[in-house]
Amino acid sequence: MGNLLSIVTFLPALAALILGLFLRGDDAAAQRNAKWLALIATTATFVISLFILFQFDAGNTGFQMLEEREWLLGLSYRMGVDGISVLFVMLTTFMMPLVIAASWDVSHRVKEYMIAFLVLETLMLGVFMALDLVLFYLFFEAGLIPMFLIIGIWGGKDRIYASFKFFLYTFLGSVLMLVAMVAMYSDAGTTCIGGCDVSLLKHNFASESFSILGVQIIGGMQTMLFIAFFASFAVKMPMWPVHTWLPEAHVQAPTAGSVVLAAILLKMGGYGFLRFSLAMFPVGSDVMANFVFTLSVIAIIYTSLVALVQEDMKKLIAYSSVAHMGYVTMGIFAANQQGVDGAIFQMISHGFISGALFLCVGVIYDRMHTREIDAYGGLVNRMPAYALIFMLFTMANVGLPGTSGFIGEFLTLMGIFQVNTWVAAGAATGVILSAAYALWLYRRVVMGDLIKESLKTIKDMTAREKAIFAPLVVMTIWMGVYPAPILDRTGPAVEALVTKYDTALAAAGRTEADTQVAVAEH
Amino acid sequence: MESIILFAPLAGALIAGFGWKLTGIRGAQWITTGLLFLACAFSWIIFFTHGPDTQHIQVMRWIESGTLSTDWSIRLDRLTSIMLIVVTTVSALVHLYSFGYMAHDDNFKEGEESYKPRFFAYLSFFTFAMLMLVTSDNLVQMFFGWEGVGVASYLLIGFYYRKPSANAAAIKAFVVNRVGDFGFALGIFALFFLTDSIKFDDIFAAAPELAETQLTFLWTSWNAAELVAFLLFIGAMGKSAQFILHTWLPDAMEGPTPVSALIHAATMVTAGVFLVCRMSPVMEFAPNATAFITFLGAVTAFFAATVGLVQNDIKRVIAYSTCSQLGYMFVAAGVGVYSVAMFHLFTHAFFKAMLFLGAGSVIHGMHHEQDMRNYGGLRKKLPYTFWAMMIGTLAITGVGIPLTTIGFAGFLSKDAVIESAYAGTNGGFAFWALVIAALFTSFYSWRLMFLTFYGKPRGDKHTHEHAHESPTVMLAPLAVLALGAVFSGMIWYGSFFGKEDYVNKFFGIPVAEAAEHGEAADAGHGAADDHPAPAADHGDDHAAPAGDHAAVAAPGAGAIYMGPDNHVLHDAHYVPKWVKISPFIAMVLGFVVAFWFYIVNPKLPATLAENQRPLYLFLLNKWYIDEIYNFLFVRPAFALGRILWKGGDESIIKGGINGLAMGIIPFFTRLAGRAQSGYIFTYAFWMVIGIAVFITWMTLSGGAH
Repeated sequence: MGNLLSIVTFLPALAALILGLFLRGDDAAAQRNAKWLALIATTATFVISLFILFQFDAGNTGFQMLEEREWLLGLSYRMGVDGISVLFVMLTTFMMPLVIAASWDVSHRVKEYMIAFLVLETLMLGVFMALDLVLFYLFFEAGLIPMFLIIGIWGGKDRIYASFKFFLYTFLGSVLMLVAMVAMYSDAGTTCIGGCDVSLLKHNFASESFSILGVQIIGGMQTMLFIAFFASFAVKMPMWPVHTWLPEAHVQAPTAGSVVLAAILLKMGGYGFLRFSLAMFPVGSDVMANFVFTLSVIAIIYTSLVALVQEDMKKLIAYSSVAHMGYVTMGIFAANQQGVDGAIFQMISHGFISGALFLCVGVIYDRMHTREIDAYGGLVNRMPAYALIFMLFTMANVGLPGTSGFIGEFLTLMGIFQVNTWVAAGAATGVILSAAYALWLYRRVVMGDLIKESLKTIKDMTAREKAIFAPLVVMTIWMGVYPAPILDRTGPAVEALVTKYDTALAAAGRTEADTQVAVAEH
Repeated sequence: MESIILFAPLAGALIAGFGWKLTGIRGAQWITTGLLFLACAFSWIIFFTHGPDTQHIQVMRWIESGTLSTDWSIRLDRLTSIMLIVVTTVSALVHLYSFGYMAHDDNFKEGEESYKPRFFAYLSFFTFAMLMLVTSDNLVQMFFGWEGVGVASYLLIGFYYRKPSANAAAIKAFVVNRVGDFGFALGIFALFFLTDSIKFDDIFAAAPELAETQLTFLWTSWNAAELVAFLLFIGAMGKSAQFILHTWLPDAMEGPTPVSALIHAATMVTAGVFLVCRMSPVMEFAPNATAFITFLGAVTAFFAATVGLVQNDIKRVIAYSTCSQLGYMFVAAGVGVYSVAMFHLFTHAFFKAMLFLGAGSVIHGMHHEQDMRNYGGLRKKLPYTFWAMMIGTLAITGVGIPLTTIGFAGFLSKDAVIESAYAGTNGGFAFWALVIAALFTSFYSWRLMFLTFYGKPRGDKHTHEHAHESPTVMLAPLAVLALGAVFSGMIWYGSFFGKEDYVNKFFGIPVAEAAEHGEAADAGHGAADDHPAPAADHGDDHAAPAGDHAAVAAPGAGAIYMGPDNHVLHDAHYVPKWVKISPFIAMVLGFVVAFWFYIVNPKLPATLAENQRPLYLFLLNKWYIDEIYNFLFVRPAFALGRILWKGGDESIIKGGINGLAMGIIPFFTRLAGRAQSGYIFTYAFWMVIGIAVFITWMTLSGGAH
């Protein structure tokens, strides 16, 4: 299968097209057909994507399963995966069938809803596989459109405002990114990201310092490009202080929208940092690293404290996501094996865990139609299965060893410790705070006596709901107990990336400001 | 066999937790308990058959990233095998005991709510995590066990999930422990950074180098060994409830009493002591950190004992007693006599588990009344429990014949700690703190006995009339533990606190066989074969053998390591006679005062509390430490969160960024008023424009490639 990647990428879009063209009417049968088609398409996509995983050769640090075709206007269509992107592809194809299954109770404009999610899947997969700058930009920016629609049409009562805010934030970032991309093309003379003879990843962008209007730009062009990309990726991540769109968007989005947003869309920022910032602008990354660390630590502490006092379950989990993404950015720019391995692992793991937590909120939201924490209490009395699953993911969220949440957190902290102990110590306070807000949430919702009259008849999870959680439970524990299959796949690619980074810094004469060790004189 | 010990409890937990509908409630209880007894039997077999040498058993790969390589694996040496028998024995007995204790529980609807399988599953899960902790061959797996027991503890403290106090205590335990884990994790990171490994063997081998290394951590440069030892000890402080991080332990008594016996007395809380002993090769190179451990252990022993004097809840008295005894263990470890720390850990597990289970039996018999002011005269009603508690009390207060090795378990191990403290600090603060704490220990232990079993029945008459002895299934574990409380000290005295050669052999520390040491070694062997060395030998072998024997052993060669300059174990045998007798005197004094207060003149305590009101309240309120923490940390955290949220996210950032954007681009403001489709199309439009710009640029500059 020479075009495996394209098949995986466009299969959901094809299903969307079929839905759009051939499904008529909005009666129950049509709705059911739409749901089943979407479920089958996403499941098939996942099954086919498994071949990517099987064919993937971890020992090869370059791009694999390359596809290249001439496109319009002299542009190239280039797809490929490497150790850094392959897991994000798998995360996406894995999550989507669950997302569709979790949307089974949607009844408003079902066809359009399913089309939006299917198109979204194609675009997200495209982001992770595109190896051409223009193609990447297209997928990256277009991916937001279905998300706007999902929030804007199927969202809560303030959906317009939230959707607009989401749009505004991301738009400002993408304008700068576009400018940077034009500049990159001028400098390198190619739009090929990787896998070609001349590519952006192989190109050395100028890093000689220069001054504009008397301001010294250390790291020169690399720093400028870094900043331009940073504006876009930092919003997607999201990093403090441009995170405020996320809680709004989550609160307004339907459950499935929140799951996609938290599990996959946020990872586009982290992926961008890895693919572009760290790999193409090593000097710029190094210059800006302390800035990123500072924002990351603030994100971890600040948003954890804010999460502590939230009254809305979704907002609390959204803030917790921002804190967890803080570990990711910190790990990426620690730029060593443990840091980057940990950051990738953390993103994958967070995909499962935060996805599951938003599904947990969805389960009781579907029953009570409120996300107010105060509206609940004592659910364990009537919903033991729910209590168990919620407990598992709460613990995974606080990074309990044995769950996947631990490994990412642990590796990123271990990576950053080698670079800056202040950042490590600051970020490690997050393990205390996360325990506080997560268990405090759990206590208020699940523990205690069931007193509220409205909850007296609440039902435990249905078989469908349990079936949706089952794969997530398996992945969370399996990755926590036996993460080797994941780390084996990222390891060599990350090693190559880190080596390249170190070489570039050495060539630029920047010695790394590592944590200092000295042998005492005797 | 090791793997069976490790995974039998996990299997039990899974079967009971998920399969109890198939096995039935009774079946789930029997399966978990049976598997635990199996693990226990195997542990004893290993303890007796496995020599002192170190064995590594790899189970599976775990975290591998660059040079970091972590396996799931088992390290089997003397420390492990001691912990194995402690954990599995107490756990098996507690499982059995729980048949009776959990038979009826008013907190749950009988027949409707399946709390029993859940309880047994949690107990077994805890045991599994604890075994992972003690058998670990590297720090990360230990951290897994460390946090795993934390979760089990959280689940069991909050077992009565309807009680708000239980839920609060559970969260408190987890969060306070996480403060300790914060230090532990940083210690692991530092060690990995310094030695490029998290395996014990590599770390131990690198320990001497660490002492020569400086590491920049936060604001200043530290000696690497000191820093690592200190950070790891922060972890130990959390888990072992040492002063500053002790506040969760008394609250943890919200859990069912068997849990208190297993987790919060015998096993989990001793994990910190185990960690310090396990890391002895690093600790030995960190004199300042170990001095701090000694100091903090002594402070905890003293502090907790003072609070224990006035508590009225029977479980809280024992909880503070545990806290205090853990302080003893840390003092022993801090002065460098790790074998004695393990000795006290070992004996304490028996007698403290027994005191808790005894207290549980009283509580069970008194229909869940826990206030000792409502007890009194229960000796007749609960005769077996009374005798069990009596043995436990004799053991914890340290009853024995001074200057001999005949006595209850606590007599031997506690005296060993106190003698080590004297030798290690030259009769300094730690020694005196422990002696005074011994006096207090004796007082509050006897106070507990007198208030509970002697005098006239107080409180609810109905409860007293219906007070009943516990069933056999609860008394049998008490009997087994009683054996340990009486004999474990006498049997293993030589192994933990005998002549150095004997201790070295027990812990697998290679002993000098080199020619130049031949004579000294022989002399040492000769002495060890006899009885504990008479004081006359003192002059001869004081300087040479102890030091030389240790000197040849590399760090990590045995289960524990004592540096070449560490003669404390040796010196502890030659402390002055008055030092050896001092804990006995303290014990007798404590007993006499308690007797006088609660038997001879029962009105006295109330009068005293009235006269010394501020002091009494200070102790009763646990030195107001909870209040201080609440004021310093808890409320500010919530307040800060609220400020950041309302003042930060909701106004400044949101207002600022939105305001800026809206101000600069009024165009969008108009769009915002329209239907959402408006700006989505605008967005798409801009994206197309962007692409167009890009392509134009490319065409102008000569096309791609």
